[in-house]
Parts: sequence; structure tokens; C-alpha cells
Amino acid sequence: MNLHRFMAIVRKEFIHIRRDKASMMIALAAPLLMLFLFGYAVKLEVERVDMAVFDQDHSAQSRALVQKLKHTDYFIDRYYAGSDREVIEMVDKGIVKVGLIIPPDFERLIKGGKEAQVQFLIDGSDATTARTALSSTMLLSSDFGRDIREEMLKKAGPLGIGAGGIRALPRVLYNPAMESIKFTIPGLIGLVIQNITIILTAFSLVRERERGTLEQLIITPIRPIELILGKLIPYILIGFFDFALVMILAMTVFRMEVRGSMLMLLLFSACFVICALAMGMIISTIAKTQLQAMQMALLLLLPSVLLSGFVFPREAMPKPIYLMGFVMPLTYYLQIIRGIVLKGVGVDALRQQTGLLLFFTFLLIFVAVMRFKKRLD
Amino acid sequence: MEYAIEIHNITKVFGDFTAVDHISFSIPKGKIFGFLGPNGSGKSTTIRMLCGVLTPTSGSGTVLGLDIVKDAEKIKQSIGYMSQKFGLYEDLTIKENLNFFASIYGISGIMKKERIQEIMELCGLGEKQHAAAGILSGGWKQRLALACSLLHQPRLLILDEPTAGVDPVSRRVFWGVIHRLARSGITILVTTHYMDEAESCDLLGFIYRGQLMQLGTVEEIRQREGMHSIEDIFISYVERVSDIKVTGSFMEIRNHLD
Ligand SMILES: Nc1ncnc2c1ncn2[C@@H]1O[C@H](COP(=O)(O)OP(=O)(O)O)[C@@H](O)[C@H]1O
Ligand SMILES: [Mg+2]
Repeated sequence: MNLHRFMAIVRKEFIHIRRDKASMMIALAAPLLMLFLFGYAVKLEVERVDMAVFDQDHSAQSRALVQKLKHTDYFIDRYYAGSDREVIEMVDKGIVKVGLIIPPDFERLIKGGKEAQVQFLIDGSDATTARTALSSTMLLSSDFGRDIREEMLKKAGPLGIGAGGIRALPRVLYNPAMESIKFTIPGLIGLVIQNITIILTAFSLVRERERGTLEQLIITPIRPIELILGKLIPYILIGFFDFALVMILAMTVFRMEVRGSMLMLLLFSACFVICALAMGMIISTIAKTQLQAMQMALLLLLPSVLLSGFVFPREAMPKPIYLMGFVMPLTYYLQIIRGIVLKGVGVDALRQQTGLLLFFTFLLIFVAVMRFKKRLD
Repeated sequence: MEYAIEIHNITKVFGDFTAVDHISFSIPKGKIFGFLGPNGSGKSTTIRMLCGVLTPTSGSGTVLGLDIVKDAEKIKQSIGYMSQKFGLYEDLTIKENLNFFASIYGISGIMKKERIQEIMELCGLGEKQHAAAGILSGGWKQRLALACSLLHQPRLLILDEPTAGVDPVSRRVFWGVIHRLARSGITILVTTHYMDEAESCDLLGFIYRGQLMQLGTVEEIRQREGMHSIEDIFISYVERVSDIKVTGSFMEIRNHLD
């Protein structure tokens, strides 16, 4: 590798970037916009939640419980069902977010000083809503129990038999862990960085091919490694700047807190940026036109959203799909960034993921260099 | 005699189409070789095989004594090449393009500065050295491309239609440089559609449908064909091989319609 030739490529790429202000604005503004939109799409709190009630008691107390929920202005008793099945069906179909099942002996148990069990069914597929619904039902139920006890106490005096409470038995359907904004934002950072950086380099060689500058370039003594690495350098800086911007946005607007080592996060994020840029560079060696490069980038990006575990936990996936996730660098990066940001774990816990991310980074750069041929046939 | 280029039965097949069909020629050092032929006849394909960016389907050859398949990378260090399509960076200035290619050819430091200055004078580029290549006119662009291909003092210069779309004055300036370079001992292979340019070459090769139809000095070809005008010889080949009747002159075309 000749340092003069390498530096000549680096300088030339910087000039291209400097003179192409429109592309640079996109490269810098797009990640912020993406994080903002996606982030808010998840964050938006749903104000009101429709509820289906199956009241088997029809007592003053059961009605009081429903009233209590309604008074929050959060739950709406949209439907009254006639059976458990009907309630479950309505949650299934997404007609209501929450189902409430009150047992037939509700009032009797409470007045007898026992504990009555009410069941809440919560649709967990919308994590934010589910979380709010869950905590609200728990809170309101215990409030309700306390209200009754206080009332009885007033009536009967300290010597009367105390009233029983109610116990809410919440069951979250579909997404029991209710992974939401906190979990989503670090993953979103990974996804946004991947999308932007891949596109940055995917165009870099193809553009030269389309403009005819590549033919002039391959008839010089330039070596593939000098060209590929030289082209990567400026984009590594841009990719890392993008990462910094997105982190700042995540920590200020979305209040993301990094529990683990910030230094480690920066280090492996830099590694991931390089890895994604190398993927783009490989696309650039395959595609004949910029349009093709764009299509190939999409073909890579869309599955990565699903396979990497960004949306659904990978453990729940069918085996072949689960295995496919292992060839996506994003998979490892998501585990790394979530591990550091959410759990505050160190290198020890992430040894495998960091090792594989490094491995993929070197492998992909190697493939890009090998794939670039100074030939036209 | 020492040859800058020697090729034997070189052939290039794309799919089931033979773009270059068993071509052989030898070009002595220091000569200007004019490579003629209609569009699509295989000139650029032949040139790309010489430069080591296309692999011949069959046949062999040497450029400056180096094998065109095995030593492709070494050849690249000693030849200058100007592609048919403008291949420099339009967003870079004249000076930046020269700087870039100088570094790519391994010229650095004070040598680089001097060399760029020298080349800018030779090709008459100094005046607009800070103008972006993209805004230059055709003649300037071609002179810049020539300058970039000369930086590393190549012993062989390969120019693919360097004067296509260039005005008559700029063409003459350009060829002035070419002849000066030939005097200094550089071998030049140049393709062109202009017969006045062709007539000033030392050697001519005429290629049609991938086959080399004629090879020799301008005088030799004139005598062999019994015609004075190279353009008429050129047209008579196309007529003979393709059975197409080509009207002799542009005035005839006009009169024919009147
Ligand atoms: N990479 C390629 N694949 C297929 N056909 C090609 C390729 N390059 C050139 N050709 C074909 O080979 C023929 C000769 O092309 P070329 O050498 O560019 O002609 P010239 O330079 O004489 O105009 C043309 O018909 C062209 O379409
Ligand atoms: Mg051509």
C-alpha cells in the first residue's frame, strides 16, 4: 500500500464531499429526522383506552370499580360482554385494548373481609399503551381496595371486621415484556446509523462508474486497497458525526441514559459505522448504476430491521430466521448498544458480540477490497 | 526494430458477439499510429485490451515489452491513457485534477510541483488552473485530460478519440502537442474520425467490424488503393464489406435532394 496514493484518494473524496453540499445536508439531517420521527411514533402516549367489561357480579361494588376506572378519563367502558370468551375475542381483534373480568362473588368477598380477584387482560402489542394501562389498573385497583377499607372503617369503627381488598390479576397479551421507548431508542440509533452509512458508500464507486471516471482511474497504478480505504476514511468521519448527533438527540429529547461505559459505546459504534460503510462499499462494487445500488441497499436494509431483533425478540423467531440474524452486523450492534445503554454491562458480558462485530468489520472490508477489480470485463 | 506495441491475433468476444477478431499489428517506438474505423468497429475494445483492463478472449501481445495479460499492472505505470469519454473529475479544478493524478502516479513533493507547472505550460492550461473541469469547453477538457495522462512521463500514449467534438482551432493546438511529444520519442496510438488528422500520422490501421482491413503508412495505403483521399479509401472499405452505397461527397448529398 502506497501512502501517497491513499492520501490522494482521501483528499479527493473530501473535495467531492465539500463541493456536494446537498448530499452532505442529507447525510447530516436524515439521521436526526429519522430518529425524531421513529422515536415519536413510539413515544406518543395514547390518551384513552377502550375497555370491555364482563361483570359477573352486577353489584354496587362491581359498578363502583368500573366507575373508578372511568373517572380517570383514561379507560372508557366501551363494551359490556357476556362471557370471558367475548372479552378475549375483543382484545384479540383489537376492538379494545383492555378487558376487565369481575368474578360473581366480588362484593361478597370484599364485604366478608376477603380478597376479591379481578382479571385485567391487556393488549401488549402496543407497548407504550400497554405499560400505561398496566400500571393504571394496578394503581386504581389498590386505590379501590383502600377506599373500601377506609369507608368500612368509618362505618364500623375500629372494632368492626375490616373489609377485604381487591387483587388485580393483570395478564398482558402478546408482548409480555412490554418493550417500548426505552428499549426502542438505542436500537433505533443502530438502525438509523446503519441506513445512512450504507447509502453513503453504496453510491461512491458506482457514481464514478456512471460518470466514466472509474475507467480513467483503473488505468492508473492505483491498488484496490488504496482506493477502497481512501474512499472509506471521509465517510467514517461523517458516519461518526452522524452517530454523535443522533446520540445527543436521544439523550436530550428522548431522555436516554447510558448506564454503562460511554467510551465503550463510542468505540463499538465507530466499529459499527465502519462495518456498515464496508457493506455499502461492497454494494458499490456489484452495482452497475446508482439506481441498482439504491435497490440493493434497500434489499439489505429491510430484512435487517426484522432479522436483527430490532422489532421482535429474535428468540421468538422460527429457527431458520433466527439463524439468518447471525449474519447481520446490526444484530450484534443492537445487543451491544442495548447492553451498554439499558443494562450497563461491560465488555465481559458482550465478549461474543463485540468479537463478532470486529470480525465482520474486517471481513467486509476485505471482501470489498477483493471484489474491486481493475477490469471492465 | 524495437516495437512499443506488438499484438498477435488478439480477439475479444462479448457473449456471442465478436468485437475484435484476430487483430495483429506492431508499432515501432516513437511513431504516431492512427487507428481508424467507423463507430462500433472495435477500436476502444482493442485499446482497453492493450491497457490491461479487458482480458483478450484469445491471442497475445506486449506493450513496451510487457505482457498485456500477465503484466497489466506494470503496463499501467508506463502508459498514458485518455478515455473516449471525459474521465476526469468535473467538480475538481484543473490544478486539483493534475495534483490528484500526479499523486496517483507516485509523483510527490517538489517534483510534483515542477512537473505540474511544466505540463500546464505544454498543454496551455495555466490561465484557468482554478476553474472546475466541469465548466471547461471541449478543447480545454481534452487538453486537461491529455495533461493528466502525461504527468508521469509515459513512454506510450494511448488516446481514444481525443478530438471528438472539439473545434478546428483546438484540434490543431492539440495535434501540435501530439507531434511535439512524438518528436521527443514517445509512441502514440490515437483513434480519430478526422481524415486530416489521420494523414499526419506515421502509420495507419483501418478496422471494420472487428477486423483489421488495412495497415501501413499513408503513402503505402494510397498506392495500394490507387486513391489519394484517405476518406475515400475509408468509405470504399465500408462499401465493399457491407454492400452499403455511400454517397461520395457532402455536396453530392445536397445536390441529390435538390
Ligand atoms: N462490455 C461490452 N459488452 C458487450 N459489448 C461490448 C462491450 N464493449 C463494447 N461492446 C461492443 O463491441 C463493439 C465495439 O465497440 P468499441 O470497441 O467501443 O467500438 P469503437 O471504439 O470502434 O467505436 C460495439 O458493437 C460495442 O457495442
Ligand atoms: Mg470507441
